[in-house]
Amino acid sequence: MRPNLILQVVAKFVIPLMILFALYVQFHGDFGPGGGFQAGVIFSAAFILYSLVFGLDTAEKIIPAHWLRILAALGVVIYAGVGVASLLLGGNYLDYTLLGSNPIAGQHLGILLVELGVGITVAAAMLIMFFAFAGRGRE
Amino acid sequence: MLSHISLLLVVVPLISAPVVAILPRGRLPWAVAFIVAASCAVLAGVQLWAVLHEGTISYELGGWAPPWGIEYRIDAVNAFVALIVATIAAITLPYALLSAEREIPEDKIPLFYSAMLLCLTGLLGITQTGDIFNVFVFLEISSLASYALISLGRQRQAFTAAYQYLIMGTIGATFYLIGVGLIYSQTGTLNMQDLATILPDVLHLNTVETGFAFIIVGIALKLAMFPLHLWLPNAYTYAPSVVTVFLAATATKVAVYVLLRILFTVFPQGFAVTTPADELFIVAGIAGIITASVSAIYQENIKRLLAYSSVAQVGYMVLGIGFASATGLTAALVHLFNHALMKGALFMAVGAIVYRVGACRMEQIHGLGRAMPWTFGAIVIGGLSLIGVPGTAGFISKWYLVVAALEQQAWISVAVILSGSLLAVVYVGKMIEALYFKPVADAGKAVSEAPILLLLPTWALVLANVYFGLDTDLTVGVAEKAAAILVGVQP
Amino acid sequence: MMDFIIGHYNYWIVIVLMMVGLYTVISRGNLIKKIIGLNIFQVSVFFLYISLGTVEGGAAPIIAEGVKVYSNPLPHVLILTAIVVGVATTALALALVVRIKESYSTIEEDEIHNLDHSL
Repeated sequence: MRPNLILQVVAKFVIPLMILFALYVQFHGDFGPGGGFQAGVIFSAAFILYSLVFGLDTAEKIIPAHWLRILAALGVVIYAGVGVASLLLGGNYLDYTLLGSNPIAGQHLGILLVELGVGITVAAAMLIMFFAFAGRGRE
Repeated sequence: MLSHISLLLVVVPLISAPVVAILPRGRLPWAVAFIVAASCAVLAGVQLWAVLHEGTISYELGGWAPPWGIEYRIDAVNAFVALIVATIAAITLPYALLSAEREIPEDKIPLFYSAMLLCLTGLLGITQTGDIFNVFVFLEISSLASYALISLGRQRQAFTAAYQYLIMGTIGATFYLIGVGLIYSQTGTLNMQDLATILPDVLHLNTVETGFAFIIVGIALKLAMFPLHLWLPNAYTYAPSVVTVFLAATATKVAVYVLLRILFTVFPQGFAVTTPADELFIVAGIAGIITASVSAIYQENIKRLLAYSSVAQVGYMVLGIGFASATGLTAALVHLFNHALMKGALFMAVGAIVYRVGACRMEQIHGLGRAMPWTFGAIVIGGLSLIGVPGTAGFISKWYLVVAALEQQAWISVAVILSGSLLAVVYVGKMIEALYFKPVADAGKAVSEAPILLLLPTWALVLANVYFGLDTDLTVGVAEKAAAILVGVQP
Repeated sequence: MMDFIIGHYNYWIVIVLMMVGLYTVISRGNLIKKIIGLNIFQVSVFFLYISLGTVEGGAAPIIAEGVKVYSNPLPHVLILTAIVVGVATTALALALVVRIKESYSTIEEDEIHNLDHSL
């Protein structure tokens, strides 16, 4: 792959901002528009940009494929685990009210964790898809 | 505490699917999947018992009261279908161990079991939920998993079969989604019980009628109802044997369940009779039974033959639904159960042949019945059940169907049901002739009986075919209760 | 009459997109074009739901001072789910097309059909 200096410099400048924005969308999701789906996609877009500019091999060194698979699974487990936690606390599945000291804190914590799980899975799944398509036919 | 069972049936496979995906290769993923499926079967059994003895279960997800939150609402109808799905999964998985090792690349095994569990999650989710949008989500979970599973087949046609199914399945699901949206726009609710109380006031609106039509066509695609069945033969033929067993015995059954729910619970009693849907079901059922049975006779691949027979069997169920009477629905539900048993058994036996010979075209299986007596026995008894010979499960469902047709003096339907059985005699006979009476082909000389691990699940289903042909307390008893809930006053 | 046409403009967009999408799926022989048609078809349904949720003069459904009328957030949430389902379907379909291309060296329906009568 032919290195392109302008692209590399711009990408290095933009990628941290993208990740920052992804985190903002992720954790601001309970006050305004945002949440795990959107954040996950923005987050993975940063890595996709990185691999477009610096090459797939470099990108795969940063996040190896088997880690992505584990992350994708982890997100679902976090999501379902929050539900099971509220089940164990004596409530119904995904009843966040019991997770905190008072109902509002519980709802707050619950949705944050669930969206975190969603975000991780979406980001990992998008990257798995990208690497699967982009890496096809190389080996 | 019992009400949590309705939720655990969905959550246990859901949470184990990603875990299985990251397990190392080897037999561990299979072991986890099997334990999950077995515990689901036990949970579904307890759930059915609880529903029959203590009445409807309602579970509020996240503690949000319906109709705002999603509600899992279980009565005899769901519990019955959930038990079928979970039991078939629990019987299929022991079979999967060897069959999948033979037919699926080793590095894909953990993902294969993960997809099986996701498919199970989706199918069980459809049966549990009381929210029509949630049905769409679970429908797509199970469908996406099954597209991936079908594409794992060894021949390259598996890809095109999966692609074809994906296109048609997605159109079906999107039609369903349009219908749900149109109905939501007039009622403002997605909860089935809530819809049942609001819909009678708005039935005269064109929007609601259009929504109804979209939903019916969408489900008919998933169901492989006669003119919309084109995806099914390819998908069943080229999928790995285990996947065919699982999908043939569960996927279309769950779609039948959704159809019943929409027709009889969500929309008020008798609404379908005022629309062309009612006659359409009878016409589609009749046409499906005849054309698919005739097509089955001309197939040269036994998996494909059985797939066409599945389309015909769906025709019987649709016919039962079309009668819209308690007996008709009982027949449809009993056939749902019995067809899962017979197609499960037959596809398992065919899978055992594929395991030994690696193929299932007619000329490649000549004379194998003598080398594989137990597998052959399973095909004979499964085939007899498919025909509807007294003493097998198939007889019971055909009997109720004929009774339902006679009740309405639908002579044409009676004639069609009986001639469908005659056509089944021809295609089952064709399989048996090839397997037993044709001289053994060169390739088949060294074939030995299938391994015990494949035969045990097969024979479990075969014996179930005989058992439920003699003792109908469970099937007919529960199906009658379920049909009474569907046509009767809502409890 | 004009009011009827202009007042329902969102539905006209939905209907046109729906028909364009469905027609593309049915009429095109190229497997990728079929997927694009399917996507357009799905997008029309997203539009249908999102426009259903609009309340005239309603603000975005975030509680704020001085706002009395909110749009209905439920269809938006539903469609977020449907979009994710759509993405997953597209990814799976494209993956299948890659595999079809690798084993048949073509993604034209009629050529595949000629190769082994499977589509």
